[in-house]
Amino acid sequence: MMMATMDSPPLPRPVRVLVAKPGLDGHDRGAKVVAAALRDAGMEVIYTGLHQTPEMIATAAVQEDVDVVGLSILSGAHMTLFPRVRALLVEMDRPDILLTGGGIIPAEDIESLMALGVGKLFGPGTPTGDLIAYINDWARTNLTA
Amino acid sequence: MTVHVPDDTTDQAAEITRLRAELESWKAAALGTRQRAADFSTISGLPIEPVYTALDTGAPAPLPGNYPYTRGIHPTMYRGRLWTMRQFAGFGTAEDTNARYKFLLERGQTGLSVAFDFPTLMGYDADHPRSEGEVGKCGVAISSLADMETLFDGIPLDKVSVSMTINGPAAILFCFFVAAAERQGVDIAALQGTIQNDILKEFVAQHAWIYPVEPSLKIIVDLFEWTSTHTPNWNSISISGYHIREAGSTAAQELAFTLVNGFTYVERGIARGLDVDQFAPRLSFFWDVHNDFFEEIAKMRAARRIWARHLRERYGATDERSLKMRFHCQTAGVSLTAQQPLNNVARVAYQAMAAVLGGTQSLHTNAYDETLALPTEHSVRVALRTQQILAHETGVAHSADPLGGSYLVEALTDRLEEEAEAIFAEVEAMGGTVAAIEAGWFQREIAQSAARFQAEVETGGKVVVGLNAFVEDDEQPIDILRIDESAEVEQRRRMVAMRASRDESLVASRLAALEAAGRDDRNIIPAMLDCARAYCTLYEIRHVLEEVWGAYREPVFF
Repeated sequence: MMMATMDSPPLPRPVRVLVAKPGLDGHDRGAKVVAAALRDAGMEVIYTGLHQTPEMIATAAVQEDVDVVGLSILSGAHMTLFPRVRALLVEMDRPDILLTGGGIIPAEDIESLMALGVGKLFGPGTPTGDLIAYINDWARTNLTA
Repeated sequence: MTVHVPDDTTDQAAEITRLRAELESWKAAALGTRQRAADFSTISGLPIEPVYTALDTGAPAPLPGNYPYTRGIHPTMYRGRLWTMRQFAGFGTAEDTNARYKFLLERGQTGLSVAFDFPTLMGYDADHPRSEGEVGKCGVAISSLADMETLFDGIPLDKVSVSMTINGPAAILFCFFVAAAERQGVDIAALQGTIQNDILKEFVAQHAWIYPVEPSLKIIVDLFEWTSTHTPNWNSISISGYHIREAGSTAAQELAFTLVNGFTYVERGIARGLDVDQFAPRLSFFWDVHNDFFEEIAKMRAARRIWARHLRERYGATDERSLKMRFHCQTAGVSLTAQQPLNNVARVAYQAMAAVLGGTQSLHTNAYDETLALPTEHSVRVALRTQQILAHETGVAHSADPLGGSYLVEALTDRLEEEAEAIFAEVEAMGGTVAAIEAGWFQREIAQSAARFQAEVETGGKVVVGLNAFVEDDEQPIDILRIDESAEVEQRRRMVAMRASRDESLVASRLAALEAAGRDDRNIIPAMLDCARAYCTLYEIRHVLEEVWGAYREPVFF
């Protein structure tokens, strides 16, 4: 599951990712599995812990100077939480940070969120290799040293 | 080892020798050529032998209804009474969910089970800023007695048993429920049902906590004490393996972590000065039923035996009701796939059969669309009908513990018991359950098991049909239930109306009395019930006690 970067040029530095659980939803199995998989793929990963507000997440993303924020949302609140985090990142002058994530999110909601500037969102059953490949592809064109 | 032989004149040692020789020659002839290149371990990783014999089992377990209840807590099991078909449901406003309950009761469901939304699970009112976007989404929003009255409007609470999945603020919601029953004019001593109230597994796996560990345990013992005299038919706790398993544990970890939590509650009750037989009969359990059929059945049989032994031998219980582990089961949400969702109907049916063969007292069958959204009326009806087919068409309910005596099932039961006892010893060596929680030990063990399983799925070591094998390239989407923002708007409107109609000075004095009960370390339930009766809100009650006890801070890691 870590072969995505094998035949591509190396990145200038490891990608920094903030994995976050916004809202009151406590289901963190997916967030922890993803955080561990991204770390094992060579990324620098910070996990926020549970019950974070959008403000806490955006502030942590800027302070930690991450490249990517990944939100895990299984609560149905994705149409509130993704746009809020995205708006806060723009407000804090960091629209360049890739906002991605996953959870239980209907296909038509994914389309609406992508139209708002949110990156790709992943549903149940996604292999972790797909997330790693997506972030690495993004990093190859967007990451600066 | 004792080998059970039909003729008591046969020499035991000679019979064992004969069986061993027979098995060895069978292995030499049968194995090596005719085995698929597949993983023959359980979903939790326990190795499974090609065949089991009398050599793998001990003495036959006592009959159903007899200590240590490996074969079931009732002599006749489902021949006496079928399990309770109890579908977990809740969404939107109390009115929306009340309509769903009536739909289910009219279709033959025999008990209710309340799913609360995340704000309620965390002790926030629907109009609290932290609740925004989550009101009514994953369950029903209940912010005060007014909502609880609406939730059960037209449903007689002395007739229908109700289970409530709530933990951090369990005592508060229980007080709303008791007050709602009072408003219906029902004798509260007749109330039947269960409050989940299992805070230890929240710290371990599910994460809907409020207060630090020690005050959280104090509230639970308060509830044990109060319910044992006021609502004697009410299950004061449902000690839950479900969330531990769903978070990623193995079957043995689910079994052991849940039972050590149970032992901790028993110890806290005894430390309060309660007689173990005063509260232990109302402790109930809740298991996940995963895909691995025999492992799950063995887990439930082992659970009953371990509980009975520890209660009698370690805690001195003598009332047999204290020794009998009663439990609810739910099929494993985590086993369902978003891919080819109708396949989930088959998974749920097998899991439901395992729950029944394991001797459950009540059962929730998941809907096939659970990985996509909250279930539709169509999908919950299929789930309920799955139980009715099991009960009335398959014949599995005719005889108690039909797999008792199966060499495989008995051997797996023993094996799971051994694994659990080893984990109990490990937790004890760490200083007990609370110390292990504060060190993040359970949480790490679960995260590691989850990562291991994910890796097995990604390498194809464990087959998940429709996900890493037998994949369809062109899947058609199915209709799902959508919860829009109108529930949140409506619930906020109801909160405004409720606040405008209540007696604010009464609210203030009742909250002050509750805070005083907390500070003086008295049993808080009477003062909390007075708050509920005065229409104090969930968050108001949560907050005054947070002023006394503070909030839990989780150890963060991955």
